[in-house]
Amino acid sequence: MALIDLANPSRFLAFAGRVLPWLYGVTAVAFALTCYRLFTISLAPYEQRQTIEIMFIHVPTAWLGMFGWAAMSVAALGTLVWRHPLADVAAKATAPVGAAFTFVCFVTGWLWGRASWAGGGNLPLEYMVLDARLSSVLMLLIQYLVVIALVRTIEDPARAARAAAILTLAGAVILPIIKFSVEWREGQYTLHQTSSVFVSGGPKLDTPILVTLLISTVAFTLLFVTLQVAAMRNEILRRRVRSLRLMYADERPA
Amino acid sequence: MNLGEHAGFIIGSYAVAVVVVILLFAWVALDFHAQRRILADLEGRGLTRRSQRTEEGNP
Repeated sequence: MALIDLANPSRFLAFAGRVLPWLYGVTAVAFALTCYRLFTISLAPYEQRQTIEIMFIHVPTAWLGMFGWAAMSVAALGTLVWRHPLADVAAKATAPVGAAFTFVCFVTGWLWGRASWAGGGNLPLEYMVLDARLSSVLMLLIQYLVVIALVRTIEDPARAARAAAILTLAGAVILPIIKFSVEWREGQYTLHQTSSVFVSGGPKLDTPILVTLLISTVAFTLLFVTLQVAAMRNEILRRRVRSLRLMYADERPA
Repeated sequence: MNLGEHAGFIIGSYAVAVVVVILLFAWVALDFHAQRRILADLEGRGLTRRSQRTEEGNP
């Protein structure tokens, strides 16, 4: 089956039915491997050894939270330019998954920041050390929630899709802001460290930590893809329910 | 595994991740079963999509 064939909703449903059991299995294996690494890795030689544990959740969810919005932006182009129904399905299904990953990234970043940077009081907001990176991730989370709310507010799916697509493309400006928030005016508005993995000259992390982080990233990526495919299947079924209900309403005698 | 003085932060982070993942799986599973049930109910009333009618030779 060519990749383009999956752009047909019926074919995508058949594909999802076949591929989802495998995705569930591979994701479970990847997380089992991640847990094994977490329990066996020795962090004793590292300065911030305890809080490094948080990195194995925080970093993959950060990447995937941003990846989710980038994927929605590509889907938004598909909706606006080619008016492809599956593009809108993909965008709508990705939003809650991306929001959930961004939420985990934000909460773990907040806890990690509190543990590493200290500061703040005892109330929830005082407890938070809001630096430029954490604030921009919070903005991304709010954007996800706004898109979800917008799609639910507009009754006509085609109008909702177009409005959400425009908002998604406009909101994509947050991605470079998140990426460069730790590099622009470093030290003035952020306590967050600069990139440690994708840097010129190779990763700054030691091999055991880097390997665990990469395994954890693969596991979270598989989880993201699994949930996205499952959510897209649900969305296609929801649209079929809607069209059958409309047909039922039309066929009933007045 | 000694989590040291930051145990609360680490356990809190992992707990949030686990709860969110469980909620996501529950959401997709419950939604899938709900949509399948509604579709079966509508099809039980004789409603089918046009493409399905054509496939069944019933234009």
